[in-house]
Amino acid sequence: MRHLLDTRTLDRASALRILDVAEDMSDTQSREVKKLPTLRGKTVVNLFFEDSTRTRISFEAAAKRLSADVINFAAKGSSVSKGESLKDTAQTLEAIGADAVVIRHPGSGAPQTLATSGWISAGVVNAGDGTHEHPTQALLDAFTIRKRRFGSDSRGRDLAGLRVVIVGDVLHSRVARSNVWLLTTLGAEVTVVAPPTLVPQNVSLWPIRVVYDLDEALAEGPDAVMMLRIQLERMNAAYFPTEREYSRRWGLDARRVAGLPDGSIVMHPGPMNRGLEISSEAADSPRSTVLEQVTNGVSVRMAVLYLLLAGERDDERGGDL
Amino acid sequence: MSARTVLHEADISRALTRIAHEILESNRGAENLVLLGIPTRGVTLAHRLGALISDIAQQTVPVGALDVTLFRDDLAKHPTRSPQPTEIPAGGVDGKTVVLVDDVLFSGRSIRAALDAIQSVGRPSIVRLAILVDRGHRELPIRPDFVGKNIPSARTERVNVRLVENDGSEEVTIGE
Repeated sequence: MRHLLDTRTLDRASALRILDVAEDMSDTQSREVKKLPTLRGKTVVNLFFEDSTRTRISFEAAAKRLSADVINFAAKGSSVSKGESLKDTAQTLEAIGADAVVIRHPGSGAPQTLATSGWISAGVVNAGDGTHEHPTQALLDAFTIRKRRFGSDSRGRDLAGLRVVIVGDVLHSRVARSNVWLLTTLGAEVTVVAPPTLVPQNVSLWPIRVVYDLDEALAEGPDAVMMLRIQLERMNAAYFPTEREYSRRWGLDARRVAGLPDGSIVMHPGPMNRGLEISSEAADSPRSTVLEQVTNGVSVRMAVLYLLLAGERDDERGGDL
Repeated sequence: MSARTVLHEADISRALTRIAHEILESNRGAENLVLLGIPTRGVTLAHRLGALISDIAQQTVPVGALDVTLFRDDLAKHPTRSPQPTEIPAGGVDGKTVVLVDDVLFSGRSIRAALDAIQSVGRPSIVRLAILVDRGHRELPIRPDFVGKNIPSARTERVNVRLVENDGSEEVTIGE
C-alpha cells in the first residue's frame, strides 16, 4: 500500500487485509510488552492543519507502539500561520526525512494533492480532509462492528448482511462518507437518518437508503447505530430550529436505546455532545462501543502504518497493497 | 526444474518421533514444557510433536503459535508480509521450557526474531529449538537443539516442506 487517501477506492480485499492485520496488532496490545520493533528507524510526521486531539494521539500511539519516530506538526503557532504554502511545508518534511505523513486538513482533497503532486516521496495517510473522507475512522468502526459480532473469529470476515444506521449531520461529516463507502464495500446495508437540511444533495448517488425519521429506522432493528457529532463549528446556517428539537427527533436517548434488539451496538466517533445527539444513558450503556472504538483505533492505525511502511517501497508500482 | 524428494512421509514421521523422545530426554519428562510453532508449517509440526510427546509421556503438553513477522529485521527487503495470529497457551511461558518449532532452518533470522517475540509475551527459563530440516547457510550464531535431518544445500536451491495439513501431501523436496 502506497497511500491511504479514501475508502471510496479501497477494494474489499485491501480493506479486509487492513482489518486482519489490525486483529494481529490488537493481539499484541494485550501483551506484557506492547511495543514492537517493527518500524524502527522510520519517521512519521503528524501534519495537523485542524484541531484534533484523539486522532492525533491515536496516530502518535500507533506509530510509537511500532517504534517509529514521531514528529508532531500543528499548524497553529507554526510557519503555516506565517503564510507558508502546503508545498513548502511538504518539502520541508521531505528534507527532514519523513517516511509517512499523516495529514488532517480543512480542505477536501489536500491529502490527495500531497500524495500525487510529486512534492514528497513519503506515504500519505488521510486523517480527515474537509468534508471529504476520514478513512481510518471508518476502518476502526468496521473493525469494531466485526469484533463485536464475531469476537475472536473475526479474521477474514466481511460485514455481509449487517445493517448499520448512520444518524445526524451527514452533510458535513467525512466520517459518514468514509463509512458509507467502506461498510457497503464490506457488504453491509447502510441507512442514513438525518433532518432533510443535513442530507447532501448528491446523496442519491450513494449506495444507501435515506430515512428522515429515526424511530422508523430503529424499528427495523439495526445491528449498529452510529451517531454523528453535530459539528457546531460548521453550523453557520440554521439547519434545525433548536438544539432541543434536534435532540428530541434525532438524538439517541435511553428510550430509543431500550428499544434496540439484543446485540445491536451504539457507536460514536467522538467527541460527543452529551445531551444533543446522544444522551448520557445511551453513551454509557453496555451497548456503547465508544471506548472500544478508541482502543481499536490504535490497532487499525498500527495496521495502516505497518502496511504503508514495513515492506519494500513500491514507488513505481503504485497503490497495490 | 526437477526437485528431488529427500524426506518421504515415513521419514518425516520417524524424525518427529525421534525429536519427541529427544525433547523428553533432555527435559527429563514433560513437566513445564511448552511447544511454540512458528507459522505456518512450524505450527503444524508443533501440534504433531505435542501429540507425540503427550502420547509417550501420558501428559498433555501445551502447544501454541508464535508469529515473528513484526520482529523481523528484513521486512524492508520483501513485499509487505501479513502477520499471522500468535496463540500463547493459557499457562503462559513464564518460567517454562519453551521449545520453538519450525520446518526449515536457513539463515537463522526467523529464530532471532522469534527470540525477540518471546520476550514480549513473557520470560521462559529455557528456550530450545526443534527443526525438521537444517539446510545450513546460517547468517547468525544460532543452532538447533533437535534436528530431524541435516540436508546440505546450495544457497540458491529451494527446500520445500509439504505437510498434509497445509499442502495436502507429505514430503520434503530440494531443487533449483
